[in-house]
Amino acid sequence: MYHDIIIIGAGVVGCAIARELSRYEADICVLEREEDVCCGASKANSAIIHAGYDALPGTLKAKFNVLGSQMMPRLAAELDIPFRPIGSLVVRTKDQPETLLEELLERGQKNGVPKLRILEQEELRRLEPNLAPDVVSALYAPTAAIVCPFHMTIAFAENACVNGAIFHLNTTVDRIEKAASGYDVHTDQGIFSGRVIINAAGVYADRFHNMVSADKLHITARRGEYQLFDKTAGNHVSHTIFQLPGKMGKGTLVTPTVHGNLLVGPTAEDTENKEGTNTTLEGLSSLAARASLSVVNLPMRQVITSFAGLRAHEDSGDFIIGEVSDAPGFIDVAGIESPGLSSAPAIGAEVAGLAAELLSLKKKQDFVSTRTGICRPSELSLEQRNDLIRKQPAYGNIVCRCEMVSEGEIIDAIHRPLGARSLDGVKRRVRAGMGRCQGGFCSPRVMEILAREVPMDMLAVTKSGGRSGIVCGYNKEL
Amino acid sequence: MENYDLIVIGGGPAGLAAAAAARENGVENILVLERDKEPGGILNQCIHNGFGLHTFQEELTGPEYAARFIEKVEKLDIPYLLNTMVMDITEDKIVTAMNREKGMFQLSAKAIILAMGCRERSRGALNIPGYRPAGIFSAGTAQRLVNMEGYMPGKEVVILGSGDIGLIMARRLTLEGAKVKVVAELMPYSGGLKRNIVQCLNDFDIPLKLSHTVVDIDGKDRVKSVTIAEVDADGKPIPGTEESYCCDTLLLSCGLIPENELSKNAGVALNPVTSGPIVNDALETSVEGIFACGNVLHVHDLVDYVTEEASNAGRHAAAYILKGAATDTRRISITPADGVRYTVPSCIRPGHMEETLTVRFRVGAIYKNSSIVTCFDGEPVNRRRRPVMAPGEMESIVLERKTLEKYPDLKEITIRIE
Repeated sequence: MYHDIIIIGAGVVGCAIARELSRYEADICVLEREEDVCCGASKANSAIIHAGYDALPGTLKAKFNVLGSQMMPRLAAELDIPFRPIGSLVVRTKDQPETLLEELLERGQKNGVPKLRILEQEELRRLEPNLAPDVVSALYAPTAAIVCPFHMTIAFAENACVNGAIFHLNTTVDRIEKAASGYDVHTDQGIFSGRVIINAAGVYADRFHNMVSADKLHITARRGEYQLFDKTAGNHVSHTIFQLPGKMGKGTLVTPTVHGNLLVGPTAEDTENKEGTNTTLEGLSSLAARASLSVVNLPMRQVITSFAGLRAHEDSGDFIIGEVSDAPGFIDVAGIESPGLSSAPAIGAEVAGLAAELLSLKKKQDFVSTRTGICRPSELSLEQRNDLIRKQPAYGNIVCRCEMVSEGEIIDAIHRPLGARSLDGVKRRVRAGMGRCQGGFCSPRVMEILAREVPMDMLAVTKSGGRSGIVCGYNKEL
Repeated sequence: MENYDLIVIGGGPAGLAAAAAARENGVENILVLERDKEPGGILNQCIHNGFGLHTFQEELTGPEYAARFIEKVEKLDIPYLLNTMVMDITEDKIVTAMNREKGMFQLSAKAIILAMGCRERSRGALNIPGYRPAGIFSAGTAQRLVNMEGYMPGKEVVILGSGDIGLIMARRLTLEGAKVKVVAELMPYSGGLKRNIVQCLNDFDIPLKLSHTVVDIDGKDRVKSVTIAEVDADGKPIPGTEESYCCDTLLLSCGLIPENELSKNAGVALNPVTSGPIVNDALETSVEGIFACGNVLHVHDLVDYVTEEASNAGRHAAAYILKGAATDTRRISITPADGVRYTVPSCIRPGHMEETLTVRFRVGAIYKNSSIVTCFDGEPVNRRRRPVMAPGEMESIVLERKTLEKYPDLKEITIRIE
């Protein structure tokens, strides 16, 4: 199979690049080893669009974060991505020097972050009554926002797909070889040849880079564990509350999510295991204490799930974006740790531009710039909702009782471009199984709907593709 | 908007019995709303026997027990809507519901009986560390898959929690050919009924490890192994006691949580111990005219007690609908003390109570050769000896109206274990 451009990895960065590249007349393909887009770090992170004051001025992290943050409001509207600019607070406790916040403010201003200011005790307490007693002041960044990382990635991917990008899911890249013109990408599904390769492979980006370049990269997987709280705890804070950053990242944050839950995390622990998305006893049990440095009275009994993500930390500490000097046509997008989600829109535009220049691509006349997400009936008026149910009765049938997700939404999630093929795929798209019972009631029903709509055998329905089958046979067969 | 005298939320054992009792006590205009495709609730997946020993003096399966009440409701000509999700209940008793045929619609009622049941505590709420592969099920989800849909959730199984559904599923999966390797229980005692330990574990040589919990789950796609460890008196795993079990399935039977999201919307006050509404002797919640019964009120061990409680709720709702709200404002509170975790109800209206009132409660630990002591304003008035009491088995005392009449100034009844 021959393509102009092959993107390795369908995380938020790979999908953002695919979407931006699909503006051009080009044959684009995306290779993803998982059964769905958004299955690595993109699905397990803080779900924050950072304002951009953290990274040192002059770094790629600073540049793309600020740009990405500026692009998000428009992108959210164009692509129907749940996005709420709620603002963030970096809090300082009384034992930390005042200069730390001032340095952060100054850094933010140098990076071009708008409207930053320092809040003192009184105003701060009025905004956030649950801050820890030791908190004395905070850096307020009104442009910081929360976003749904699943919808963001899926929106990029769907829009890219509609504009002609081809996604090969369940396709694992084994090795990459230089070819006469471009590269041959050997996968478990055959060889894909491309003139330009874009390496957006997350924690594996070093492996692919090192196959084509003598100048080696080294990426460490940095595990971050999180706890997600019930929606009844969703108003515990109304801004994203950060602690002053340390050398392992931005400390433990407490934030509302765009869907109304409360999220606490991450921890930060380096692991050599690039598949190590397990949570740990130590990590989970440390989160309450870590978070209590900034926010008190966390209702720990309201935790509904925990998860861990792996941040791709490259030894240099910055993003690595650009054509590899000793591998023409091979573009790295590596070391995309935080603020990767925030930077993804800007990285997408930058890398698409690079590739377009390399291949002298022309813009399409018929690019479709907008996408309508899955209908969210809860946001409709009663009349609109009943209209919808009259036309499609499945919207009147609630399948996930915790998140009040209807059968109609699940059917749409399955049938749209790059539709869901697994329980987790459905969950990320419409939140069935994402609520307080964690799929206890709805998973057998979602399985039935998947089996009927895809269609597939009930025994073939998986949690997340591959060998993650849910039931192993019929009764009396064992 | 359609108006009803009584709307019952939930068509499981509690809702059906409550609706039937309300009709038998004179309420004409009743509607039962059920979210599933058939009435009967969770009983439909409980195909084992042991139901009805108290109510019918015979041993029925869950579906048989449910069928008796479905027939009763049909005979009494009480309408019910299936596949209908209640989306909201307000304090002034407006019910918003939705289904495929009618779309989203609103109904009003003079009285509402909450009978929504409960849900199972999930892995996330238990903070079990490890990977998140397929093969982790709540015991009830596995029960539905096996008993109603005919699918096996796995071949080699570890069960965490010795709640009754977990015990029943240990036997069920064994009978279906799976290997249940161990049941681990965090507490030093089982949360399930004694008869289930004997009939579901001992009879099949399935080991029960008390004071153990799951400390790791391995497997990226599907569960590969589960590690359990012994816990200390504070429930913390003891290093060095880890044992790993190769398995493809982990079932969780770690407690049930009454589903009161709708109740909260209606402003119903909840008891943090039960997670169910705070009710008086009429099983009326803090919102006048809204009653509660069954597992939405507090988690029961036996459906027979659910039936009894739900019938009471139906009868009291009928009295409210036909005779109006209580006029006598005097209240006697019922307070749990030493060893008693909660009581249902938690207050009595002496001017309105019936001849007798059964107060149900649970103890917080295992007690041997102890007494249930009932105190009136601190003075012991009754002492009942019990050879064994355990958290997994609901206890009760009966209060008589004529006794309470002798104490016109009584403010507080305390129930404690001695």
